[in-house]
Amino acid sequence: MLGYIIYRIAIAIPLLLVLSVVSFIIIQLPPGDYLTVYLNNLRLSGIQLNEDEVIRLKELYGLDKPLYMQYFIWITNFIKGNLGRSFQWNRPVNELLAERVPMTVVISVLTTIFVWIVAIPIGIYSALRQYSVFDYTFTFIGYIGLSMPGFLLALILMWFLFTRFGFSMPGLFSPEYATAPWSFAKLLDMFKHIWFPIVIIGMSGTAGLIRTMRGNLLDELRKQYVITARAKGLPERKLVFKYPVRIAINPMISTIGWMFPGIISGETLVSIVLNIQTVGPIFLRAVMSQDMYLAGSITLILSILTVIGMLVSDILLAWADPRIRYGGIEE
Amino acid sequence: MSDKKNNPNNTEIYEEEIGREEKIYYASQWQLIWWKFRRHKLAIIGGIVLFLLYLSAIFCEFLSPYSPTTRFEGYQNASPTKIHIFEDGRLQRPFIYGFKKELNMKTFQWEFKEDKTKKFYVRFFGKGEPYKLWGIFKTDRHLFVVDEHPIFLFGADNMGRCLFSRSLYGARISLSIGLVGVFLSFSLGTIIGGISGYFGGTVDIIIQRIIEFLSSIPTIPLWMALSAALPKDWPVIRLYFAITVILSIIGWTGLARVVRGKLLALREEDFTMAARLAGASEWRIITKHLLPSFTSHLIVSITLSIPSMILGETALSFLGLGMQPPAVSWGVLLQDAQNIAAVALYPWKLLPSVFVILTVLAFNFLGDGLRDAADPYAR
Repeated sequence: MLGYIIYRIAIAIPLLLVLSVVSFIIIQLPPGDYLTVYLNNLRLSGIQLNEDEVIRLKELYGLDKPLYMQYFIWITNFIKGNLGRSFQWNRPVNELLAERVPMTVVISVLTTIFVWIVAIPIGIYSALRQYSVFDYTFTFIGYIGLSMPGFLLALILMWFLFTRFGFSMPGLFSPEYATAPWSFAKLLDMFKHIWFPIVIIGMSGTAGLIRTMRGNLLDELRKQYVITARAKGLPERKLVFKYPVRIAINPMISTIGWMFPGIISGETLVSIVLNIQTVGPIFLRAVMSQDMYLAGSITLILSILTVIGMLVSDILLAWADPRIRYGGIEE
Repeated sequence: MSDKKNNPNNTEIYEEEIGREEKIYYASQWQLIWWKFRRHKLAIIGGIVLFLLYLSAIFCEFLSPYSPTTRFEGYQNASPTKIHIFEDGRLQRPFIYGFKKELNMKTFQWEFKEDKTKKFYVRFFGKGEPYKLWGIFKTDRHLFVVDEHPIFLFGADNMGRCLFSRSLYGARISLSIGLVGVFLSFSLGTIIGGISGYFGGTVDIIIQRIIEFLSSIPTIPLWMALSAALPKDWPVIRLYFAITVILSIIGWTGLARVVRGKLLALREEDFTMAARLAGASEWRIITKHLLPSFTSHLIVSITLSIPSMILGETALSFLGLGMQPPAVSWGVLLQDAQNIAAVALYPWKLLPSVFVILTVLAFNFLGDGLRDAADPYAR
């Protein structure tokens, strides 16, 4: 088991390296470099810089060096925890992200848990009562969930709640807690609001998972050992939950892996619409105003989160299903 | 399953099968696919809906009463016009009432009320704004027009432009970007996936790693970062293609995976071996034996990957990172619905989203039906 975990982590490292290169390319993409933008902003606000100062800044950011050196400087600083400075907010990127990344993680993890808790029982029930009203209802809801992007769902639900019940969902906290320091009461307040984004972000994942779970279990229920067990007179409930359900859930663990990029994506969009204090809204502002240190750092951090999510799901899968582990090591 | 056995319909189907059995022996693969597809009612409906949507995008100049840029002064944020066919309980040809503005004393917002004293008939195939169909045919006929008074089926936006016309025009960009994007990712996917699956070995491993890597990037943030780097002053056409390319960067991986998986399976089939033993060239094996066997699967994956392209464009344009306002797409139209205040006051600004959902739903139904039909020899 330990060997497999080390093997998986070893595989993740080159992936992270490539991800960091991509993030760096994103920083470099807009025409001109960030210093030009910065200097322009300074000039616009009436501050004149002399040539020496410009050269000093260039050296500070390593802009006089070739691209690969710039990447090297950026990535070593990143690992050391110095993510550069946001021009737009005029604050270190670390500070900005420290405020928001935890919320992104909390929402993403809670959404994953929500998706599982909701989808698995529904999937099992749908498979056991195939072609029942319940099954058809959820197949239909599943189709809607798959077709409706999170941000549209957020908009429509907000409008519905607003016109029906006259309340809006402004972010995660009630006004009195919005700027208050963390306390138990604030935490409670957050849980009163957080279900809304979670349900919205989790909708498409849930729909997909219900379909997979239903399909897996249906395949399993058709197998001969189930018929044998039934013929031997095993009580139906025990029969279903003892083997087919357990086998059908197994491949689902790997779905956390492919669900996670989707959840992070959806979270970014939905947070922008609902104005939740995660990295989503500042990421949008950063890419809009070409605040590239911030944008690049967020891309890299979101990618790292995704890789960690996939890593965890792979390890969980190996823990739940020993066959996979051995296959992996032999490769 | 157990209840399936005592289902009386089953015997009927069985008899039907026997009657058809002889035909089945002679039917071509595509005929079998069609027979199987025909039974999938939702897929048929999805196909019809898509056909109508694309048709309306093609003929949007004719179907919409106004051009997407025509402004009606004084009708900013007007609510949708109701078309009546009854007056005092008597059936009439369709007509609309004139608008009058009223100040709502509770909300202090201008509201549009029907002015029952003024009546305007809807004329079908009437003369309206002149336009050039596809930029070629000069005409001024529209499907429906109202003389002397604007008609807003979906209401008007904050510049007094007809949202219905704009939604129809927006369909052109939104619906075609899916097709063009899928064409791009399809070319990339089949070539790369084909190479990966056919040659195997090191090439396969490298390509698979790249695909794994690309699918581990959260798509929306990547798309946002890439499209933000596009210059905002680019002409519409160039922006359109740039966004399509961005959407295809991730899109091809899914197709490549399908192609590779199918090729790997088909390579081991007996008929491939037989062809090889008979001395057929590699090219002949690929084009005559392998390609026909998985074309149907390709069509399925293509159908199922179009919606994600359409949603991608909508999301990007909605955020202001995709198509830019003089161009009209569903995402651009939804920009107006970005904040809850606007949506609460003018809920009809959400109407373009109905088109988006309808399109994606229809593609999903169609794709599902095709998937079931794609392998007619199964079971």
